[in-house]
Amino acid sequence: MNAEAAASGGTVTNRVTYREAAREAIRAALRADPRVFLMGEDVGRYGGCYAVTKGLLDEFGPERIRDTPLSESAFVGAGIGAALGGMRPIVEIMTVNFSLLALDQILNNAATLCHMSGGQMNVPLVIRMATGAGRQLAAQHSHSLEGWYAHIPGLRIVAPATIDDARWMLSAALACPDPVLLFEHIFLYNLEGPLAAEIGGIDIDRAAVRRPGRDVVLITYGGSLHKCLTAAEHLAAQGVEAEVLDLRTLRPLDDQTIMDSVRRTHRVVVVDEGWRSGSLAAEITTRIVEQAFYELDAPVCRVCTAEVPVPYPQHLEEAALPNPSRILAAVRQVLAHGESP
Amino acid sequence: MNDDADSALTRERGLSLLRDMLRVRCFEDRCVQLYGELKIRGFLHLCNGEEAVAVGAMRSLGEDDAIVSTYREHGHALARGLPMNAVMAEMYGKQTGSSRGRGGSMHIFDISKRFYGGNAIVGGGLPVSIGLALAQKLQRQSTITACFFGDGAVAEGEFHESLNLAALWSLPVLFLCENNLYAMGTALARAESEIDIAAKARGYRIDAAAIDGMDVLAVQTAVRAAADRIRHGGGPVFLEMRTYRFRAHSMFDAQLYRDKTETEAWQKKGPIITLTTRLKAANLMKEEDYQRLEREARAEVEAAVAFAERSDWEPVSNLERYVYAEPAQ
Repeated sequence: MNAEAAASGGTVTNRVTYREAAREAIRAALRADPRVFLMGEDVGRYGGCYAVTKGLLDEFGPERIRDTPLSESAFVGAGIGAALGGMRPIVEIMTVNFSLLALDQILNNAATLCHMSGGQMNVPLVIRMATGAGRQLAAQHSHSLEGWYAHIPGLRIVAPATIDDARWMLSAALACPDPVLLFEHIFLYNLEGPLAAEIGGIDIDRAAVRRPGRDVVLITYGGSLHKCLTAAEHLAAQGVEAEVLDLRTLRPLDDQTIMDSVRRTHRVVVVDEGWRSGSLAAEITTRIVEQAFYELDAPVCRVCTAEVPVPYPQHLEEAALPNPSRILAAVRQVLAHGESP
Repeated sequence: MNDDADSALTRERGLSLLRDMLRVRCFEDRCVQLYGELKIRGFLHLCNGEEAVAVGAMRSLGEDDAIVSTYREHGHALARGLPMNAVMAEMYGKQTGSSRGRGGSMHIFDISKRFYGGNAIVGGGLPVSIGLALAQKLQRQSTITACFFGDGAVAEGEFHESLNLAALWSLPVLFLCENNLYAMGTALARAESEIDIAAKARGYRIDAAAIDGMDVLAVQTAVRAAADRIRHGGGPVFLEMRTYRFRAHSMFDAQLYRDKTETEAWQKKGPIITLTTRLKAANLMKEEDYQRLEREARAEVEAAVAFAERSDWEPVSNLERYVYAEPAQ
C-alpha cells in the first residue's frame, strides 16, 4: 500500500502526537527484532532531547537504549560497525547540526562501503535526526541539511511529515539493507492527529499527494508540508485549488509522482527549508525542466530559506524561512504568468 | 588461528612465519614494478618493513574474529588469507579483484574472511571497529575485533572517541597501532605532545603495552595473549607495535623528512632479516631454505600477476551497481 492510500485507509484508533508516533515506531521495532537497538546522546535517562525516547530505557534496559558520550563520529561509526556485524542499529543524532561531526563516518563509510567493497558490505543502519529552524536557536542550531545528504549516492533520505509516516516509515527504513537517514523537523513533534492502526508494507520510495488540486502544485517535504497545507487552505478560499505533494523520500526522488502532478497542474512552486543555492528545490526544478518542460505554463518558482545563516531575532528568522505568506506570493506569481493583463 | 604462539621457536613455526612475510614482501616489490609500468594506478602504500606486525597478528587471531584495516593493508589482507590472485587483481582494478576492482590498493575487502577493509581516511576505521565489537558483545559471541591504524591516527578525534567508547562499554576490541614514527612526512614528535602512544591508551583505562613490531615472534605472542584476555571478557587491549616503513609513504614521496642513515639503521632490524638470522643461528634453517621460500613466494606473485592480466574489466554497463545492496542472486 502506498502512502497516499495509507493516508485515507487503515483504521483510525486515536489521536497522538508526532512525537508519540515516532516513539511507538521505535518501541515496536525493538519489540519485533532483537537485533534492533537505539543509541545516541541522552536517549536513555534524559528521555531524548525532544522526548521521543522517553520511557524506553525502563522498558528495554540500558543495553538496547544506549546513552553515548558526545562523540558523534564514534557512535555513528559504531552504528555502521554494528550493522556490519549483524545488528540493526537506530542511531539518534540529537540534531542535524551535530551530524557534521559525524560526516566522515556517514559519507566515507556508511555511503561508500557497499560500493567500495564490490557489494560485499552493505550497511543496514538507520540514523534519526531532528532538523530545521523556527525556535530562535540562531545559526548553529537551525540547519536544514537534508538536501546536502540527498546529494550522496549510497544513502537513502526520508523525511516523515505526517503522524502516519512518523509511526510507519521507521520499520520500512529498518527493513532496508542500506543506510537510511531519517529527518524529523523540530516543529512536527507537537503535531497532533489521528493515527492509522495498521498500515501494511509502507514504502520509503514514493511521494504522496496530501491534497489534490488542479491549478498549481506545491512540492515540499518535512516541516514545510504544513505551511503548504495552510497556504492551500487560503488559496481554496480564493477559488484556487492547489495540489500539495509531500516528497517523503528525498533520495531517491520519486520522479514519476512529481511529473504526474506537474502534468495535472502545469504550474509549480517548490518549498524547501534548505538554502536556495544548490538546494533540493534546485534539483527538483531541474528534473521538472528536464522531464516535463512542455507541460509548464509558467516558470517554476522556489520558496527557500534566505541565503543567510539563520538569525536569532524572531522577525529576522521568520523573514528568512519559508512561510505561508511567502508561499502564497509565489503561487500568485506562477498563476499570473501568461495571463493577459 | 595458529596455536604455536607460546611454543618454542621450531623450524616449522619459523619457516612458516618467514614464508608469510616473504609473500607480502615479494608481492609489494612486484607492485612497485607494476606501478612503474602503469598497471597499478592511484595511491600505493607499501608496508615494506612492517610485515611482522601483519603476519604475527593475523596468526594469533581466529577466523571468526573481525579485522578492520587501513589503506596500507596489502600485508594485512595477504596474512589474513585473502587469495593473492584476488588481491593482485584488485590492484589492477579488475573484476576478479577482492572488491571487484572498485576499491584498488586502499580498499581491499573480503566478507568471507571478516576483513572489513582498507579504510583510507586516517582514523576512520576506529569507530567501525567499535561497532563490530559492540555487535559481538551484544550477540554474546566469543569473537573479537582487531583494529589496525597508524601513529598518524592518534592525532585524530576519532581515535580518542573510539578508545573512550571501547573502555566505557568494555568492548572486545584489540587496538593495534602500527607506530612507524611518521604520519606521512610528519614525525611523531612533531605532531604529538605525548609521544608515548601506549600511555595515551592507559589514559582511557585501557591495558596497553609497546611491542617490538620488527619481531614477528614477539608480535604473535603479544597478540595471542591480548586476544585471549579480550575473548574472556577482559575488555579492550591496546598494543603499540613499534615498527618502521622502509620505503616511501606512497609512490609520490621524495622522503625529504628523514635521513637515509635512519632508514638504513632500521633496515638492519628488519623483520625478515632478523628472523632469518635467528633461525640460521639456531640451526633451524639453511640459506637454501630461504632461497626456496623466496622462490615460491615469487612464483605465487607471478601467478597472481598472470591472473590479474588475464582477468576481465568490469563492463561500463555495471558502473552504477553496488551503490545500494543488491538482492541475493
